[in-house]
Amino acid sequence: MAVTGAVMVLFLILHVVGNLKVFSGAESFNEYAHWLRHVGEPAVPGRTVLTLIEVVLLVSVVLHMWAAISLTRRARKARPVKYAARRKSQASGYATHTMRYGGVVIVLFLIWHLLDLTFATVNPAGAAGLPYDRMVQGFAPERWPVTLFYTLALVMVGLHLRHGLWSAFQTLGLASGKAYRPLKLAAAGLSAVLVLAFLSVPFAILIGVVK
Amino acid sequence: MSGMNLTLKVWRQKGPADEGRMVTYHVEDVSPDMSFLEMLDVLNERLILEGDDPVAFDHDCREGICGMCGMVINGVAHGEQRATTTCQLHMRHFKDGDTITIEPWRAAPFPVVKDLVVDRSAFDRIIQAGGFISVPAGSAPDAHTIPVKKADADAAFDAATCIGCGACVAACPNGSASLFTAAKITHLGLLPQGQPERDSRAKAMVEQMDAEGFGGCTNTGECTAVCPKGIPLETIARMNRDYLRAK
Repeated sequence: MAVTGAVMVLFLILHVVGNLKVFSGAESFNEYAHWLRHVGEPAVPGRTVLTLIEVVLLVSVVLHMWAAISLTRRARKARPVKYAARRKSQASGYATHTMRYGGVVIVLFLIWHLLDLTFATVNPAGAAGLPYDRMVQGFAPERWPVTLFYTLALVMVGLHLRHGLWSAFQTLGLASGKAYRPLKLAAAGLSAVLVLAFLSVPFAILIGVVK
Repeated sequence: MSGMNLTLKVWRQKGPADEGRMVTYHVEDVSPDMSFLEMLDVLNERLILEGDDPVAFDHDCREGICGMCGMVINGVAHGEQRATTTCQLHMRHFKDGDTITIEPWRAAPFPVVKDLVVDRSAFDRIIQAGGFISVPAGSAPDAHTIPVKKADADAAFDAATCIGCGACVAACPNGSASLFTAAKITHLGLLPQGQPERDSRAKAMVEQMDAEGFGGCTNTGECTAVCPKGIPLETIARMNRDYLRAK
């Protein structure tokens, strides 16, 4: 969980930096998208870097899900008889208890997100549209349910990272006494920054700052 | 002074093969100065007089240091009072007219023996796998023969306060025994005497824990919150570190 999660977090950081290019205009954003597809040419064929990233991500997602599913199955086997009383959480950590269903929401979102902005099958601009147009038309004000879904999913991503980020350090044995407070604060901080940065784009389009 | 009247919903199970069920009892005139176990003693005395089978529960020292007692009270292992074993939980924390649900630790590796008594031999087998140091036995060595840093001694002692009650397993949503195992690994792994077997100990104990059928740790922190000895989550990080190094 920790290693594959870390790979995905690093990707999210790169992803959001790319997204913010939308604020420097259509040309800059489309150029960036073009560059992503052609970086390394002619030393390596087009899309080499992008394909490499996609493969690493796909493997990470699959292994992360496999780890989550096997942990859940082990947990069910370890407690065949449930408690009659509602088990009250004694540890403060709302995010911790959203990990499993949150993960499912994120996977569903991921499918929609790829269909929307990668394969453009559910995007109004279509596969022929330039990346910038796909983004702007995809989050157009009349498509507010899409924006709402993105917002909910990103909040789930934020909660997932809130627990996942420090948890990775714990799992890898890198956390110790004095480090917990700064670790948890950093986890909360980075999660919030990532979510707000991701949300800034659809909301900028919604209120017409980016068009 | 009049005592409290309580409604208890208690898990009754005749034996390992019995299916078990929740049974409701009323206990009257409970003094707020009674411990939780004394309140159950009152119920049991009445059940015996009535020719009924008393509610079986584990207990020994009743001072909060032996680790024998433990039950899930209103969904919380050892009840909601922090850093307290069931025997040290007092009835003053309850109100007249309260309904209290009492259940045994729930985990596949802790099969119910009877009512609220579970078999915690799985913990013994984890200790047998590596929770010791191999030294020539003899007379006790002089104190300070081997210097130990104060910070290490304190942390090792904190981990050594684990009484092996099993509340961590009962509270964990995954039924994991990580806090128990980690406490033992931390206790021995921090001291010079524990160094020679540090790697093999971590590996053997973690593998035994998994073999017993406990769940995996997902860092929820529920264990340390209910632990009567306040064993910190940090011990689990140390266990993971030692285990990864051993592998």
